[in-house]
Amino acid sequence: MSDDPNAWHGRSLADLARGLEVGEFRARELAEALLARIRSLGLELNAFITVTEDEALAAADAADRARAGGTAGPLAGLPIVHKDLFCTRGVLTTCGSRILGNFVSPYDATVVARLRTAGMVMLGKTNMDEFAMGSSNETSHYGPVRNPWDESRSPGGSSGGSAAAVAARLVPAATGTDTGGSIRQPAALTGTVGLKPTYGRVSRWGMVAFASSLDQAGIITRTAEDAALLLSVIAGFDERDSTCVDRPVPDYVAGLSRPLKGLKIGIVRQHFDQGLDPRCAALVRAGLGVLRDHGASLLEVDLPNLDLSVPAYYVVAPAECSSNLSRFDGVRFGYRAEGAANLLDLYCRTRGEGFGAEVKRRVMTGTYVLSAGYYDAYYLKAQKVRQLISEDFRQAFGQVDVIAGPTAPTPAFALGEKVDDPITMYLNDIYTIGANLAGLPGVSVPCGFADGLPVGLQLVGPHFGEERILNVAHRYQSVTDWHSACPGGFA
Amino acid sequence: MSLTRDQVGHIALLARLELQDDEFDDVVDKLSRIVDFVDQLQAAATDDVLPMAHPLDLRQRLRPDVVSGDIDREAIQRNAPAVRDGFYLVPKVLE
Repeated sequence: MSDDPNAWHGRSLADLARGLEVGEFRARELAEALLARIRSLGLELNAFITVTEDEALAAADAADRARAGGTAGPLAGLPIVHKDLFCTRGVLTTCGSRILGNFVSPYDATVVARLRTAGMVMLGKTNMDEFAMGSSNETSHYGPVRNPWDESRSPGGSSGGSAAAVAARLVPAATGTDTGGSIRQPAALTGTVGLKPTYGRVSRWGMVAFASSLDQAGIITRTAEDAALLLSVIAGFDERDSTCVDRPVPDYVAGLSRPLKGLKIGIVRQHFDQGLDPRCAALVRAGLGVLRDHGASLLEVDLPNLDLSVPAYYVVAPAECSSNLSRFDGVRFGYRAEGAANLLDLYCRTRGEGFGAEVKRRVMTGTYVLSAGYYDAYYLKAQKVRQLISEDFRQAFGQVDVIAGPTAPTPAFALGEKVDDPITMYLNDIYTIGANLAGLPGVSVPCGFADGLPVGLQLVGPHFGEERILNVAHRYQSVTDWHSACPGGFA
Repeated sequence: MSLTRDQVGHIALLARLELQDDEFDDVVDKLSRIVDFVDQLQAAATDDVLPMAHPLDLRQRLRPDVVSGDIDREAIQRNAPAVRDGFYLVPKVLE
């Protein structure tokens, strides 16, 4: 089976790296096999905005030459795809928007550059909610992504294309970004592993900015081991991101096998209140039981202001987005409306035609909460509430090492089901937003199936606690096999 | 409705967004629901709380104000809708 190209797509990055290392197959053969799947199955799922076939084959050939010459790094020749929010030199970066429909970046984002330097082969750019504003991938100008577990359902969002591609075995790993849950929620809804690092752990340079105090780059894979492998490459100081933290990067793979004995896991009482689908609650509780059986102790903790996290987020994130998205003016890059009468008309029409409905709502919400007379009542108030929420986490992490609970309130929902009700859509992120507001790392791992749809268990750590949450996720995956299940039609 | 049509029209202008007649009612409705939703924050007791400035309580790092020289104007302007002699072209702003 090992030399069967039809089986390569089911293997993890770590496993494929061993295959390349011993010469079992070449990077070019691997890239060709996965590109063929992307062309057929990727199209069916609408998971990609751009497939970079020529660049991929050239990069794969270069990796093969480096391996033959003995100069290759451990990740050389391994495939990856990038969320279409990361700037990629010479390749379209649309951010899921019409307004960037023709934007070709002259440079690579730091995350992209680091993975490229490590020899990884980019196969394409994945579909996403427009400007990462959405939890279902339905706000993309390029159409919704379908969930490989049930194609009438959403894969979640905003990194829905990345999650669907990894779940469908089109690629073993994808980058994503997480501002309010945009890596972890789609990972939960597609049965993949989604890691959002600590704010400042990974450079945001070259990411199209949405909400700068919340945005963080991360990874979607099928195993925590693969996430650790990639985090070790993308994490670290970058002088070009003024919020990137200058702090040593541990070897995340080395810490994976640490035993769980002595680990204190906090269970948040508020997580199991009404609003959580009972099927998800049961699977999450079973997952917690597995961790307890392997040596961890479970303690109840309180996050009393959890309910305020979604409203606080929907002041802070839109406020920052209204400022960040002011750069899209039809002058320096991107779409420009035709026949404008004057400069104001050019701005208004370019933005009116170039942005979709959800982006307009967020820009307008942000404009409103920052406008004269409302700043104190909304923005300042939200930043105070954000402080309360961070303090709740600080208190909890005084008692426990890791907080565990559900990633999303329900399994994957139907496409079209929530698209007309922004508040219901926003509440999808009730369990994930807290980590963004407080700048904490979080990971979602598959913990079972509710009527055939994957459910995720979320682990949140203190600042720079990636090593420990990946360790817990890895130990969990070494005694469960939910992550090995493959959606029908994609085996 | 917590927001009037006039308010929404004003916000749209501040945000430099032209709204079509057929999307206006939907924007008023959904924006009002969002504002009602975030109004929950008003009930939170925050009298002695300092607003958060940075998730890690760190200060923004400064860099020396020197020219880095890594901007390739031609490559960057290839993305612009209209340029001439290195300048961006916009509709006339002065008569």
